[in-house]
Amino acid sequence: MARYLVKRFFALLGILFFISLGAFFLIHLLPGDPTVTILGPSDNAQNRAALTSQLGLNLPLWHQYLVWIGNVLQGNLGESYITHESVSRIISTAFPIDLELIIISQLLALSIAVPTALASAKRPNGLLDRTSTTTSFALLALPPFILIVFFVLIFSIYLHWFPGPGSYIPFTQNPGQNLRAMILPSIVLAIGSIVIYFRILRGDLISTLQQEFITVARSKGLSNRYIMWRHALRPSSLALLASAGLNISGLVAGAFVVEYLLALPGLGYEIVNSINQVDYLTVQGITLFVAVVIVLVNFVIDFLFTVVDPRITRE
Amino acid sequence: MSSASSPRAQEPLLVEESLLNATRRRAFGVMFWICAGWIALVVLLALLASVLGLQNPTTENYDSLNQGPTLAHWFGTDDLGRDIFSRVVYGARVSLIVGFGAMVISMSIGASLALLAAYRRGKIDLLVSAASYVMLAFPALVAVIAIIAFWGHDLWKITLIIGVAGIPLVFRVVRAAALGYATRDFVVAAKTQGASDWRIITKEILPNVLPAMVSFFLIGVASVVILEGALAFLGLSVQPPTPSWGNMISESRTYLSQNPWLALFPSLAMILFLIALNLIGDTLRSALDHQEGKL
Repeated sequence: MARYLVKRFFALLGILFFISLGAFFLIHLLPGDPTVTILGPSDNAQNRAALTSQLGLNLPLWHQYLVWIGNVLQGNLGESYITHESVSRIISTAFPIDLELIIISQLLALSIAVPTALASAKRPNGLLDRTSTTTSFALLALPPFILIVFFVLIFSIYLHWFPGPGSYIPFTQNPGQNLRAMILPSIVLAIGSIVIYFRILRGDLISTLQQEFITVARSKGLSNRYIMWRHALRPSSLALLASAGLNISGLVAGAFVVEYLLALPGLGYEIVNSINQVDYLTVQGITLFVAVVIVLVNFVIDFLFTVVDPRITRE
Repeated sequence: MSSASSPRAQEPLLVEESLLNATRRRAFGVMFWICAGWIALVVLLALLASVLGLQNPTTENYDSLNQGPTLAHWFGTDDLGRDIFSRVVYGARVSLIVGFGAMVISMSIGASLALLAAYRRGKIDLLVSAASYVMLAFPALVAVIAIIAFWGHDLWKITLIIGVAGIPLVFRVVRAAALGYATRDFVVAAKTQGASDWRIITKEILPNVLPAMVSFFLIGVASVVILEGALAFLGLSVQPPTPSWGNMISESRTYLSQNPWLALFPSLAMILFLIALNLIGDTLRSALDHQEGKL
């Protein structure tokens, strides 16, 4: 086990190294000049050249990379060219919004998907199963941006239940208002996950329920509810866990789109704006941060497999 | 895979045969054919848009702004008086080209690499697998947004960028499917008969993973269409006044409370298109899956 973890850890470092290369060169090899956004398009060439060397953009690319990664390894992600705010600060103010959005949406998704899947798997092809399978199919075809357009129209403009876009207030300032503003985006984000979790869990439960230990539990006279929650759910949650790992990068992408559309100042909102402003260090910093989070979450999920099912040991 | 549970599934299975059996055993159902018909209709309309005598999708008409559906304008008109029906039809071109184009790129490159890696194993497999892991860990949306933002947002560039971004995912899926076949007896038999690698990959392994690829392809097209829509909302898809479903829905937000029709028709077109793609992909997959399980 320890050897497996160490091996995984080094693989992880390798992946992160390549991601840092990707984050850096992807941004730098593209056309676009940050000095134009900083000084405006009309400023003279002399000022621009001075700024270029001040930002270190005149150095060879590999040299710029080494300077950047050297600073990153010391915990310094640099500062935004535009606002001069430090990138770590931008991340630390924006990330809690993504985290809140993802946590609320996942709790919502699991609290709907798990009971529905359990009920559906009890009678495959029954009325409830067919209804929820068909519904999940329809939900799969609802892109987040269409949901947002119609949710805002119905719930914000017509019904005034939730505030419209751009009404984010930090949780620490006003928890009630904050949650009200987060409900709509969380629901939108949850819908995509509900479908994935429901379909995977349902499929896995149906095959689990055909196994012998379930028959044994039934013949012991245990209640259906007890069998479903205690005997069937645990082995089936392995598939759920695996799908959560695959889902995480899609979830981050979804959160980015939702944030941008509803003007929630999370990482997605920040990164799209920084890309538009050719703000190299901010884009690189956020990209690297997001990649680290995704890789770490997958690492933890891999570890959780052994917790959920102790029979799995890694050699 | 379900194949492992059934001993008889170890026998080689030709695709044509398996597809035929699946259709014979149980019809795809009415919904399947309705969906296939809908996709065919969308493709046909998009292809023939310029010869159908539709109104010009970019001609502005200030005498009829923000109208609801009428006989002259089936889906109504937008805030510049342009005919929404014609814009939805022309907009389908963007979704179709980006959706199918990007998946053709991802599939052809991703699947070729996957088949090679699964059959040869060794260094090639290690290298390409490692590269695919790195690419998958990289936030793909960020990469796509950045490249499109700097490189330009014309239709072909968007298609190419999304297509390349999809390669690692296709690679992983097809490799996983192909691995199960690469060591089967019929592959070994072909090898001992002196068949070339090319022949083994194309004649022995490919036909077996093709069904999985087809359904993955269709579901992939649906995801790409959604991605194009999201890019349109970020202002990174084809530029107005060229219509795409995504940028029509995005532009509709300004006048939404006065004229909900603006968002309704392109949204419906996109949703029905996505449902159809998903349903066809899913039906094909389960038809072929059952096939193996029930043998």
